[in-house]
Amino acid sequence: MNMPDPSPAALRKLAPVLTKRWLSPDAWRIDVYEQLDGYMALRKALTADPDDLIALVKAAGLRGRGGAGFPAGLKWQFIPQNDGKPHYLVVNADEGEPGTCKDLPLMMADPHSLIEGIIIASYAIRANRAFIYIRGEAVHAARRLRNAVSEATSLGYLGTDILGSGFDLDVVVHSGAGAYICGEETALLESLEGRRGQPRLRPPFPATHGLYASPTVVNNVETIASVPYIVLGGAAWFRSMGTEKSPGPKIYSVSGRVHRPGQYECSLGVTLGELIELAGGMAEGHQLKFWTPGGSSTPMLTAEHIHVPLDFEGMASVGTMLGTTAVQVFSDADDVVYATYRWIKFYHHESCGKCTPCREGNYWMVRILRRILSGAGRPEDLDLLLDTCGNLLGRSFCALGDGATSPVTSSIKYFRQDYLDYIEGRREPIFQDAAASGSSSEATDAEAELAGAR
Amino acid sequence: MTFSESTRERAREIVARYPEGRQRSALLPLLHLVQSEEGYISPDGIAFCASVLGVTKAEVSAVATFYTMYKRTPTGEWLISVCTNTMCASKGGEAAYQALVEYLGVEHDGTTPDGKITLEHAECLAACDYAPVMTVNHEYFDEVTPDMAVELAKQLQAGERPVSGRGARLCGFKEISLQLAGFPDERRGAITDGLPGEPTLAGNRLAERHGISVAGFDPDTPIPATRPAGDAGGAGKEEAKP
Ligand SMILES: Cc1cc2nc3c(=O)[nH]c(=O)nc-3n(C[C@H](O)[C@H](O)[C@H](O)COP(=O)(O)O)c2cc1C
Ligand code: SF4
Ligand code: FES
Repeated sequence: MNMPDPSPAALRKLAPVLTKRWLSPDAWRIDVYEQLDGYMALRKALTADPDDLIALVKAAGLRGRGGAGFPAGLKWQFIPQNDGKPHYLVVNADEGEPGTCKDLPLMMADPHSLIEGIIIASYAIRANRAFIYIRGEAVHAARRLRNAVSEATSLGYLGTDILGSGFDLDVVVHSGAGAYICGEETALLESLEGRRGQPRLRPPFPATHGLYASPTVVNNVETIASVPYIVLGGAAWFRSMGTEKSPGPKIYSVSGRVHRPGQYECSLGVTLGELIELAGGMAEGHQLKFWTPGGSSTPMLTAEHIHVPLDFEGMASVGTMLGTTAVQVFSDADDVVYATYRWIKFYHHESCGKCTPCREGNYWMVRILRRILSGAGRPEDLDLLLDTCGNLLGRSFCALGDGATSPVTSSIKYFRQDYLDYIEGRREPIFQDAAASGSSSEATDAEAELAGAR
Repeated sequence: MTFSESTRERAREIVARYPEGRQRSALLPLLHLVQSEEGYISPDGIAFCASVLGVTKAEVSAVATFYTMYKRTPTGEWLISVCTNTMCASKGGEAAYQALVEYLGVEHDGTTPDGKITLEHAECLAACDYAPVMTVNHEYFDEVTPDMAVELAKQLQAGERPVSGRGARLCGFKEISLQLAGFPDERRGAITDGLPGEPTLAGNRLAERHGISVAGFDPDTPIPATRPAGDAGGAGKEEAKP
């Protein structure tokens, strides 16, 4: 099918940096990686003072790519020095936020870029051990990573006295076992210590009391994989992409009702309108209805927001968050109430059960949404949902509970009519059970799921 | 206890990956190891982990039951997981899942009577650009339809080992569990198989076609020194915490 080319303005937003090597099918082999400038940044970094590397990453303005956007250089600087304790770098490769699908392809196609970033970051924070906590289901990527670690070790990039620098580093690839909450950094550390993945109280922060109660940096895959490019190209070059407060390139994962879903690495601040152009436009016969800027935990937006820059500030200005730049595009063919229901089922299933607002709140929201979709919704159900969200937001132990409120409050804000259509009988119910009676199969479903989640 | 000497040797190798005195970190890989021999987390397997790590069986159980990948009942040789999170569900994943429920005659977490196939619906599998997706023993099959899903199940029943879209040729549930425990896949092609699909390359292809690259990249850009040589002070000790 013929598609119009994206406009020059949209094309100019493309910024292939971290994704560039993906076009070389064998870039995951160390020899090919080396031919493509691989391990050049490491050689350069090892000649520098570790503090200078921290300063460089700060100057580049690299912000965490795992969702919260915390400045990476600052995080590294919080690691106490000369404290006599071992330091750790833990890479968060748990990628589980619905919509997010950037870290897995990176580790598949270009695992050495992550390894190289790990060595540089570890050298900067004076860590001699690093762990990659990769979600269990991602065996294909874990395979490539383990292979990369052994290749790098055999060529002297890992192990003792790396490239004659006197710096030692050991990297372990640790597979998780299926739990979204383990992406939350303190739950991840618990899990890595061999426990149930339940979040820890903060403070103390991982910077001082992380893995094994020692100073620890936890960073996302994309954050760490950005480091070699900053070391090579410098802070000013990195800042030539993106915006003043959100510098650099960013991998946008566009999924859903566009012509060509996929990974589009762009300057931070690209807009949804431009991303849709890059993705070949909306899919045939689909009109944009709602979308998430960065996963299901970021409040959804609508067609009126297609010109807002997808950077940390732009998204905050319209009451949402950049998150993981998991841009999920839904159309008039998709049901926003069902979408919300399905997301809340996810949060309910993944709630670790530690705190009441999240454990119970999600349980009830699943039931209420199901009731609405079964045609048995009551007019007061929307207030009940919003009320429940009020008890979750800011009152949950960790950000999973906060995130669960995003689809609910934002969909009611923009699409109240869609809910009312179910409640007032203008729309055919999509479930047959009469959840309102309380004896529905959903009640047992929900209970079974709740038991399973704990 | 039933565990083989090679499993015991592997357990020692796993424990050795973690720092002295921190052997409990080995628990998740040890549980994967147990599944590689038993096909699920058996009572023997729990006792085995407990004895290797010197913790109680109750502690091991508490961890094992927290994670969805640890199975409480014997799992088939093929674990089929269909993503029914929002994006996949909206694009047909729910229909593919229902088709499998009907064809296999089992529900979520159920195993066919011959013990061959276990079916589950899964949460987002981090491949939404290929939606709807399903996996067999964690290898991806992309943009599936109900017919494709059933066809794949038939191939497995016929003893075939289809090659996944972006990963390796399928191997059994126990073999994949061994890899999850951190042991390399020794099969030829296991690492080399698996080319990125078009969605992974979409942005790159566009940039290539339109001759777009990021300007001004000079790999020799110096790393600025932040303090005069010889000054040994640490960086930023007094900064505020986040
Ligand atoms: C429920 C939940 C799930 C998360 N999942 C991930 C994840 O899969 N990957 C990730 O990098 N960060 C995830 N995060 C964010 C991490 O807690 C943490 O902020 C991040 O790893 C820090 O790295 P960064 O500063 O490089 O972004 C999650 C947070 C929450 C609350
Ligand atoms: S908010 Fe949810 S996931 Fe987070 S600690 Fe509470 S119960 Fe666990
Ligand atoms: S929603 Fe199915 S892979 Fe993300």
